[in-house]
Amino acid sequence: MSYPDSIRVIQVPCTGRVDVIHLMEAFQKGADGVYVVGCLEGECHYYTGNLRAKKRVQYTKKILDEIGIGGERLEMYNIAASDGPRFSQVAKEMDEKIRALGPSPIRTALQKIHAARQAGVNVETS
Amino acid sequence: MEKGKTGAVVVVGGGIGGIQASLDLADSGFYVYLVEKDSSIGGKMSQLDKTFPTNDCSMCIMSPKLVECGKNLNIEILTLSEIKAVTGEEGNFQVLLKQKPRYIDLNKCIACGTCTEKCPRKVPDDYNAGLTMRKSAYIRYPQAVPLKYLIDPERCLYFESGKCRVCERFCPADAVDFTQKEKEITLQAGAIVLATGFKPYDPGANDTYNYKKFPNVVTSLEFERILSATGPYQGSLLRPSDRKKPRKIAWVQCVGSRNVHFGDRGYCSGVCCTYAVKQSMVAKEHSDIELDTAVFYIDIRTYGKDFEKFYNRSRDEMHVRYIKSRVSTILPGDQEGDLKIRYVDENGRVVHEDFNMVVLSVGLDIPEESVELAKNLGVDLNHYNFVETGYFNPVETSRPGVFVCGVFQGPKDIPETVTQASAAAAGAASILSEAKFTLTKEKEYPQEIDVVGQEPRIGVFICHCGTNIAGVVNVPDVTTYASELPNVVIAEENLFTCSQDTQVRIKERIKEHHLNRVVVASCSTRTHESLFQDTVREAGLNPYLFSMANIRDQDSWVHQHDKEGATEKAKDLVRMAVARAATLRPLSRQRLPVIKRVLILGGGVAGMTAALNISRQGYEVVLVEAEKELGGMARKIHRTLSGDDVQAYIDDLIEKVTHDDKIQVLKEALLADFSGSKGNFKTMLNVGPAMYHREVTHGALIVATGAKEYVPTEYLYGQNESVKTQVELEDILLKEREVAKRWQNIVMIQCVGSRNAENPNCSRVCCQQAIKNALALKELNPENNIYILYRDIRTYGFAEDYYRKARELGVHFMRFKEHEEPKVEQVDGRIQVSFRDLTLMRDVTILPEQLILSAGMVAGETQELAGILKAPLTKDRFFLEAHVKLRPVDTQSDGIFICGTAHSPKRIDETISQAMAASSRACGLLAKNYIEVGGIVARVDPELCAACLICVRACPYEVPFINADGVSEIDISKCHGCGICAAECPAKAITLYHFEDAQILAQVDGLMEAV
Repeated sequence: MSYPDSIRVIQVPCTGRVDVIHLMEAFQKGADGVYVVGCLEGECHYYTGNLRAKKRVQYTKKILDEIGIGGERLEMYNIAASDGPRFSQVAKEMDEKIRALGPSPIRTALQKIHAARQAGVNVETS
Repeated sequence: MEKGKTGAVVVVGGGIGGIQASLDLADSGFYVYLVEKDSSIGGKMSQLDKTFPTNDCSMCIMSPKLVECGKNLNIEILTLSEIKAVTGEEGNFQVLLKQKPRYIDLNKCIACGTCTEKCPRKVPDDYNAGLTMRKSAYIRYPQAVPLKYLIDPERCLYFESGKCRVCERFCPADAVDFTQKEKEITLQAGAIVLATGFKPYDPGANDTYNYKKFPNVVTSLEFERILSATGPYQGSLLRPSDRKKPRKIAWVQCVGSRNVHFGDRGYCSGVCCTYAVKQSMVAKEHSDIELDTAVFYIDIRTYGKDFEKFYNRSRDEMHVRYIKSRVSTILPGDQEGDLKIRYVDENGRVVHEDFNMVVLSVGLDIPEESVELAKNLGVDLNHYNFVETGYFNPVETSRPGVFVCGVFQGPKDIPETVTQASAAAAGAASILSEAKFTLTKEKEYPQEIDVVGQEPRIGVFICHCGTNIAGVVNVPDVTTYASELPNVVIAEENLFTCSQDTQVRIKERIKEHHLNRVVVASCSTRTHESLFQDTVREAGLNPYLFSMANIRDQDSWVHQHDKEGATEKAKDLVRMAVARAATLRPLSRQRLPVIKRVLILGGGVAGMTAALNISRQGYEVVLVEAEKELGGMARKIHRTLSGDDVQAYIDDLIEKVTHDDKIQVLKEALLADFSGSKGNFKTMLNVGPAMYHREVTHGALIVATGAKEYVPTEYLYGQNESVKTQVELEDILLKEREVAKRWQNIVMIQCVGSRNAENPNCSRVCCQQAIKNALALKELNPENNIYILYRDIRTYGFAEDYYRKARELGVHFMRFKEHEEPKVEQVDGRIQVSFRDLTLMRDVTILPEQLILSAGMVAGETQELAGILKAPLTKDRFFLEAHVKLRPVDTQSDGIFICGTAHSPKRIDETISQAMAASSRACGLLAKNYIEVGGIVARVDPELCAACLICVRACPYEVPFINADGVSEIDISKCHGCGICAAECPAKAITLYHFEDAQILAQVDGLMEAV
């Protein structure tokens, strides 16, 4: 089994722990895409964590749309813990989708700033 | 004064069975001597590449258990030792051992490997099934416990010629000692557990398959080594003769099994079909060229939990070919090194087919030493040299106080062995209950180092995992990279970071470098985090000052073909873990007392057996039965296949359970509510016709709610009274013998409600049930005609004897294929059965007086219960174990255990083993005086809390409450640590320890640094 090497996993006890700020931080620091993987709906180890995460993901997608990054760069998937093939398939799907969208505007901007600094230009960022 | 019983147990055999029995006994309060004839524990499982049906890496799942055994203060491992004599009796045995010299001092050896490197003598390596050479000074395998080298005196130049001693000269630790002599040791023990396992059948003994002659004919164990990364070809799939990649491999089943002609091995070894399914799949996945795999079989016996689905997947998705044909010989193929198999195909034609390699699926054999051991102990063996046990006492030998588990009791797979090992531990613990904790020692951790206010000093340990990681990721490169990361004081690479010597090294590094955080980059937190946390704790660090990067499952395994990309990813993952480590804080834990009572749901054989064993181990039981009477499903079964009286046994069980002072039976009782955590559960029950409420507090819970008989909707069942189930037939055979005697033609149809689209798994017991009833019918009337229409006859283990007997008595076994089920019609009120006979190759019609359906077992109404308990179910609604191989009776929820048919379909003797295993696991928990709570829990900052009640509503466990000060408060003993409240709290007043915002963001930032 394999999946694209563009993916890095951050472990949380439950997707219910995933906060809007965690998702936004990743985009702010230049991630091209983020996805949250939780248990199947109705099978959350903590009953409702994945349903709460789903709402937060929906909410964050709206923010991403509003600020011009695009809500489609953020997704939530539900995969059974035993379903490796599905995990791999989702990783491929997400990888293809983000590649089609291209780099996030923030990453492009960050790279420009970086290049400018390398060239000796003083750039102010907040 | 009468001498008390000895609170120690001798476990013989250090394979997975012996390891599990030892761990359970140590947990339950006994000192364990684990006696192993080899130089290290691990047994056969350590030689396997992958395990079925999940294809998990065998060593990876086993290694934590090896280390746990090696570290446990109450398990003393005695290697190179064999039992010579046992005197005394149950409660007080004197066990005489002979221990061979290792010629290397256990206390001095630092496992550096210099002796192996310098040793000039090469000998065949039996760990690699003789496919490679090892040195005479060696270690069995890299993760061996104890990790100490030894010298093989049989094949050492010094012992042969009196000259050499190179190892002694170069050993930096002065550990080589040629003066060591064989020692005699006498141990005092209250009980003995035999777990000596098996040896693979030697196909060279009667070399019908030219195994000795053709190098490309290998045994299945040799093939495991060929597949293994630590095997002869470093995990490349090559054939022995010319090291070429095979394109076609065949498996020949039943080699040394189901055969009364050679060596009297009439039994079925039980595991070979499923391991051939596994090997044929893994080989395909493993091969980088197109590989064709074919399995030649008599019956495919994938009868275990979820095994049928595994078999289906191999056939339908991986395109493994299954050919029903008994192969009689293997001849040279047309090309050099190839092999020719002659077989009869589906259409009855004789076919010759060449393969590049042939794997012989060899059966399980009892070694000579085990027979000798049984003789020395005075333990009876059966006609195949397995230990004789009573049907209802599957772990008791003929000598009181001596228990047995694993393959020595009968052929079985790993989870069945682990289950039975726990059961044997329960047996020993129940007779030694009064001597609990009389000989045990307690683990003491050093005073915790206060790291608050210190700058982070991080040590990073990066694992090769043999070639699992290092074969793909450039580990030295990642190590250098890690050493340059902020706050990192030291970065090291290890061959196996989970090995015992590495634990010692991590502790040394913590002390030398005053480390206050540790990062391990290796495999999964799921399997290995607790091991490393314990290691840092032993060095005085709080266990939460530890972080892990998974560079194997998430990296080397999934990016095998992109070495550079995988190395870069490993750097990212290590950088993230280091960034997280710098933000970690020590967390304190509190001790809570354990309630010494077990609640058991289900009053059938499983529940009652567990209840009695728990009571004998000295704890209280509340036994809850939904029906008016105890007994469960077994109430409908009169005799076992071997003729034992089930009803007499159940009556006896009920008698004992109802008269036991420590067991309280609640009938017509239903679970209404369940809360708490391991050691401290609270259950609400509605009891009796009046449904009065009853609250029970308990430390553990056992689910033994059983399964249901499938009620057929097919084959005119319920429409014609001549159509019955096997259970109904059994009743007639008992009560209306004269009626059954008159029947001339009886047809039985197998797999009714099993192995189909709705219920893909095998119900395991129906083949044996059919044969049992067929034999009873033949006894009544030898002249009758019995036709058993089947897909595969699955009489595993010793049940094969009865299948053979049925054939000898003239029972007709006729095979049909999936999707070509027999057609049953009613013609003028009579039943007519038509099907295509695959031996005669023609359509057959029978007009039987009776049609008996072998209806399978299906799960009970488990969904609601599983929901209340938060215990997951399989797709077919049986309770799911925490790990299918090594935690077969635990659930993912700590403190909840499963047994009996609630877990999966099984026989009564298997249910008894599993119930005793669940008892062993529960008693291991109850033996503790306290459990620790805290750690990863949520805490409310009262200063920030606005008492908005969002957390109160969000918590799935209803833990937060508004306290007297008017702010939210969380009881840490009830908090499950999911973090939902922390993410929901609009005021950010709630922190989930160990997953704080700052800690998660540190990982995100650490990752994005590279952008």
